[in-house]
Amino acid sequence: MNLKTTNPALYYLQRAAFYLLVLVIAFYLLAPFFWAVLTSLRSPGDLFLPPAQFITAETTFQNYTQVFANPNFQRGLLYSLIVAVGSVLISLLIGSFAAYALGRFRFKGKQIIMYVILAVSVFPQIAVLSGLYTLISNLGLYNNPVGLILTYLIFTIPFTVWVLTSFVRDIPGELEEAALVDGASPLQTLFQVLFPVMMPALVTTGLLAFINAWNEYLFALTFTSTNRTVPVVIANYSGATQFDQPWGPIMAASIVVTVPLIILVLVFQRNIVSGLTAGAVKG
Amino acid sequence: MTVNPTAPARPVRTRGIEAARARQAIWLLLPTLIAIALVAGYPLYRTIYFSLFDASLTTPEQRTFIGLGNFWFTTDEGVALGFLQDPKWWGAVKNTLLFTVVSVTLETIFGMIIALVVNSTFKGRGLLRTAMLVPWAIPTVVSAQMWSYMYNDSFGLIGRGLLGGQALLANTDSAIWALIAVDVWKTTSFMALLILAGLQSLPSDMYEAADMDGASKWTQFWRLTLPLLRPALLVALVFRSLDALRVFDIMSVMLGNVNAAATSMTGYARQALIDNSLLGFGSAVSVAIFVIIMVIVVVYVTAFRVKFD
Repeated sequence: MNLKTTNPALYYLQRAAFYLLVLVIAFYLLAPFFWAVLTSLRSPGDLFLPPAQFITAETTFQNYTQVFANPNFQRGLLYSLIVAVGSVLISLLIGSFAAYALGRFRFKGKQIIMYVILAVSVFPQIAVLSGLYTLISNLGLYNNPVGLILTYLIFTIPFTVWVLTSFVRDIPGELEEAALVDGASPLQTLFQVLFPVMMPALVTTGLLAFINAWNEYLFALTFTSTNRTVPVVIANYSGATQFDQPWGPIMAASIVVTVPLIILVLVFQRNIVSGLTAGAVKG
Repeated sequence: MTVNPTAPARPVRTRGIEAARARQAIWLLLPTLIAIALVAGYPLYRTIYFSLFDASLTTPEQRTFIGLGNFWFTTDEGVALGFLQDPKWWGAVKNTLLFTVVSVTLETIFGMIIALVVNSTFKGRGLLRTAMLVPWAIPTVVSAQMWSYMYNDSFGLIGRGLLGGQALLANTDSAIWALIAVDVWKTTSFMALLILAGLQSLPSDMYEAADMDGASKWTQFWRLTLPLLRPALLVALVFRSLDALRVFDIMSVMLGNVNAAATSMTGYARQALIDNSLLGFGSAVSVAIFVIIMVIVVVYVTAFRVKFD
């Protein structure tokens, strides 16, 4: 710390090296995204330009108008929203029951249930793909968003249970005891006493589960044919001919599905970090 | 506490309450357990069941039992039909393992560097911390498309700019490294976030003592930070490795489903199962992937004595 006085040259050299490292990290993290945003704002003809001219080329929103006019993309957004919201709401509801039981009650077999839930959350999705495919087609849910909502529970439920359990454990017990003494049933206690306290945890967990469901690709690709969610639409976005990759619209579509997530993540920054660490470090 | 005449009744009543609480807990857990049984347990059982049959995805009811024939079977004419005899499967295994080992190692090193930087005090720390969340928040499919574009040999910043028009993704041997770079970019921030959370929970008095003793920052990192961080680091490593082993999105988007089958275990299984409608064969491959991943988990957890609680 007193290097500043004893050897100022070395001190400033160290500080400069450090800030250089900070810049390199920031560039690494943000440059690919910046480049995608830039491409989405350039006309297709400008893609051939060398980088310097590409950056200063004229800004246009034509890729965005094209993407929003694409019926596949419109439907993709709608289906993605339905599927992600549906699976997250179901998971939060039944997951909070389970988290309450696992975080607050003592009973035999709790440890085993915790391990089963953890095992399912690290499950390779491919291991259930053929079983789920036959289940989905037997239920007549192929190409139906309800089928995706159902199958997404395989990762949203274990995640919500795991993270919420660690939050429930941290809630002081007095609140619940007072309710129990007043003769409230466990469900009343959960809904009227714990839910208000758990609100930040529910929002965080719901948001993280939403991101996972919004980004899911393997099940969406396999269990739908025309009613695609956005990741599948973006992966298969095609141009006029098979060999002509429409990079501008692809980047515009990518930005459209990413920006809401980035905004949500930035708004809930603090909660997200605590939710992630509850889900992974503790778990 | 004073002894009172009704004392013996108390344990009985507490036990009654405990039993009632335990019953309530089961009711609360029931919806979750039913859901898990329906979407995970039953499909897993069906996958294992189908793996022993010769069956088509379009007509699963017309199946014939062939035991382990999907795994290993040679016809009288000497044609190998089991997937374990298929060099393409072993290529997918090799590529997936290479992908996992290299990307998880790089993510850990880069994640550690970023976490250490963000954990020190400097101007703009908050901004860098926010920037860390960006790659993590981007959907995998989107980041795969972003990088495909950058790798493109006629438009891309990397493909045309740095490599002078080389189609990096056209050749499977070079493609795997390009895919690793995408995964490292996307998930380094996740590693950094977890390591940062670990760093912030370390006791600061130890570092003050180390400073007093004149230990250099370098020594402090190897002697204090790393050993203290070990539990958090190992759990993060297990989760990231499991995630990398089931990789499919990046391969499917950047190489297409046909080449994804040669580079990702999941891609190979999915191609057999869905594109070729081989329900039995595809299920057998899925079972093998499940077993491989479970074995790796058990080895990890026992070798490093990882604790989850």
